[in-house]
Amino acid sequence: MSTSKPIEFSRRGFLRTSSLASGGLLIGFNLFTACKPNVKPPIDLASLNYDDFNAYIKIAKNGAVTIFSPNPEIGQGVKTSMPMVIAEELDVSWDNVFVKQGVSDAKNYPFQFAGGSNSLRLGWDNLRKTGATAKQMLINAAAVKWGVDPSECTSKEGIITNAKGETLGYGDVVTEAAALEVPEEVTLKDPADFTIIGTSRGIVDIESITTGKPLYGLDYKAEGMVYAVMVKPTAFGQKLDTFDASEAKALSGVVDVISYDGNVVVLAKDTWTAFKAQKLVKVVWIQDTNLESTADHDKLLNGLLDGNDLTTQRKDGDVNKAFAEADEILERNYEAPFLPHNCMEPMNFYANVTPDRIHLVGPIQTPNGTAKSIAEMLERDIEDVHLEMTRMGGGFGRRLYGDFAMNAAKISSVANLPIKLVYTREDDIMSGMFRPPTKYRFKAGIKDGKITAYHLKEASVNSNMYGLIPHFFPAGAIDNYQVDTANYQSNISTAAWRAPYTNFLAFAEQTFFDELAELMEVDRIQLRLDLLQNVKGHSDENIKYSPERMEECIHMAVEKSNWGKQPEGVYQGFVNYYCHNTHVAEVADVVVEDGKPVVKKITCVVDCGIVINPSGAKNQIEGGIIDGLGHAMYGDFSFKNGEPSATNFQNYRLIRMKEIPEIETHFIKNDIPPTGLGEPALPPAAGAVANALHALNGKRFYSQPFINNPEGLSVPKKEILG
Amino acid sequence: MPTYQLNVNGMTKSVDVSEDTPLLWVLRDHLDLVGTKYGCGISQCGACTIHIDGTATRSCGMTIAQAEGKSITTIEGLSEDGSHPVQEAWKEIDVPQCGYCQAGQIMTASAFLEKNANPTASEIKTAMHGNICRCAAYGRIYKAVETASKNMG
Repeated sequence: MSTSKPIEFSRRGFLRTSSLASGGLLIGFNLFTACKPNVKPPIDLASLNYDDFNAYIKIAKNGAVTIFSPNPEIGQGVKTSMPMVIAEELDVSWDNVFVKQGVSDAKNYPFQFAGGSNSLRLGWDNLRKTGATAKQMLINAAAVKWGVDPSECTSKEGIITNAKGETLGYGDVVTEAAALEVPEEVTLKDPADFTIIGTSRGIVDIESITTGKPLYGLDYKAEGMVYAVMVKPTAFGQKLDTFDASEAKALSGVVDVISYDGNVVVLAKDTWTAFKAQKLVKVVWIQDTNLESTADHDKLLNGLLDGNDLTTQRKDGDVNKAFAEADEILERNYEAPFLPHNCMEPMNFYANVTPDRIHLVGPIQTPNGTAKSIAEMLERDIEDVHLEMTRMGGGFGRRLYGDFAMNAAKISSVANLPIKLVYTREDDIMSGMFRPPTKYRFKAGIKDGKITAYHLKEASVNSNMYGLIPHFFPAGAIDNYQVDTANYQSNISTAAWRAPYTNFLAFAEQTFFDELAELMEVDRIQLRLDLLQNVKGHSDENIKYSPERMEECIHMAVEKSNWGKQPEGVYQGFVNYYCHNTHVAEVADVVVEDGKPVVKKITCVVDCGIVINPSGAKNQIEGGIIDGLGHAMYGDFSFKNGEPSATNFQNYRLIRMKEIPEIETHFIKNDIPPTGLGEPALPPAAGAVANALHALNGKRFYSQPFINNPEGLSVPKKEILG
Repeated sequence: MPTYQLNVNGMTKSVDVSEDTPLLWVLRDHLDLVGTKYGCGISQCGACTIHIDGTATRSCGMTIAQAEGKSITTIEGLSEDGSHPVQEAWKEIDVPQCGYCQAGQIMTASAFLEKNANPTASEIKTAMHGNICRCAAYGRIYKAVETASKNMG
């Protein structure tokens, strides 16, 4: 086996081992505090029960391996891919690995969350070290048994072999291994030797999913639990005045109707009774704050773009001077609506608040932060909080916010009962959090055939682009470059929504580039390549995208999509984009069928570094693209006097089976540490389709959803007559 | 409250609930058959699809009173050991992302293939069009239905 350089780490901060009473070796690892000194193990290992710990490797005497997956599973596949990384370095057969979900530990897992496509990017090194350390301890134990030097021993698929060809299984040496010192150094595998990483493995919960076993928050039940449903205002900006629960309380199966802090909550013995009782509570809502409308937001956001009250996020050179000197200027405005998340599993959470313990079970992307918020809200010690994550029926950013879990905990504490808070679909969509409506103004100056100035303004509701987004492409490529942002504070709750900001910014930017290329009369792909050329060799710490990696994606997308070589009647649109540390290029093929434009295929090239599980990775790409296309095409949500425009799926359109294109995915092969895939394929999809539609009919989209712009979806007569 | 006798997955079950209780909630809350999912409650998403006398039916849109006397099959009863060709195809294609809608997808697909063993591409798409997959694993759902139809034929 070839090896890469030894890795040193602090024993104290990284690992604890223990012999289990039931026999076997238990290796506790702490993913993210691994290299910090003075970190205590998450719990007292002496008191450890099999089902009561964080993320560990457990090896039984019969060789069976259990790996506890640390991060929340929202459908992004980490419950499969994170344990795959451990299993790879541990050198065990994946078929012998049993995966369980770890629980929340606020003290020791500060990055135990599902967001920003970060799980594997942040977990990679320590997942590997953990598996490699366990393997080395098992080898050391075997070497002691044989009386040989560990360097004479090798391991493969859970079997250790010495120079004489004698073998011992991992299970044969676990007792001895548990008593050994933790090695100070371990060697990690050369990626060329990977046998699990890079191979497609089905998701670990497949049997449970296909046979309907309890997995999700909504499936969880506990002794004595009652179902709680909140009575929600009909509009944002309202508050409770009075309520009459007599009719609801008279309904058989209703346990109680309680009220706290301006909330009214129905408690019932089953979900249906709670849903019925919710409608029977007579509530008088009165206006509390503004009853806002989308039409008002449109004026306010446009006012922000027109005004001078913006914050500069990045400034290179002098855009105004460059615009003044430009031969030509292109300025375009783009706008996107609110969007609900619509996780298929509506918000819900189990809570049982007792004097001894706060027991919480449910779907949450931010278990640590939510546990902390609940402890603070109830003025309890964080040690009292035991939060278990279930598999989640989608996340999309909605479950980053623990509001529903906090509501559940509060209701349990007020009612003094174990409760399961359930949102109806209507509660979920109408009182939810939303992708903020956002407007962009792009302005580019062209002089002597080059883009000399580029000014991007963003106006949004409640918040703005964050982190390094202002430094994404084409930052660094244009001498005079500026990004400014402003927001309007609304009482309508907004939230991160899969690929926050970039989910719309990519569309706006990349359709703007298409238009720029036409104005400049240059090849639309060459324009992008020329800009990337300018970024090479930069020393700007804020610029994290790689022009070289992006170039490679572009070239492969051109090749794989047969860009420019398609037969007549196939119209193509191109987008390249970088976000969430991953580089992507997408090409959409549009054709005309039955007189209508049809997105036939999207070719996607991705550089996310090492691909851990190709099947899972492709599933994320396919889902991300269709999600991006679906919401750009149909996603429409607005407010009038605080009331949302949609109430359920009968008046909110999600993309369905007959509307999807074929997706062809290609990964750039390299040995760069992995980055995430939950988000990066989504942002480019809408722009690729819009650019392809422009190739068909010459029309441009400046707003979403596309379905509201029949002209943009029109087909020229010659195509129909064909 | 009236008592209803239900024939679920080949077994007779007795339930005391109000007559307007949707079958979905009887299955989930009273019979512990939580594989059938709540998605919308208004027959729009298909997450709660089950078989009533072999026909794919939205369990949120049918009351217990309407379900009495009928043969009810849920995802838990589709096969004894998860080996129905549609379940096998779902594993082979590695369909799910979050997985929440998949029981409904599988129940829709299995009832469809029972009636149309050799469907065209267009027939598969039409049959599956009523089931929302928010993760948009539609391409794999299509492939799995196609695979199951080949394996069943």
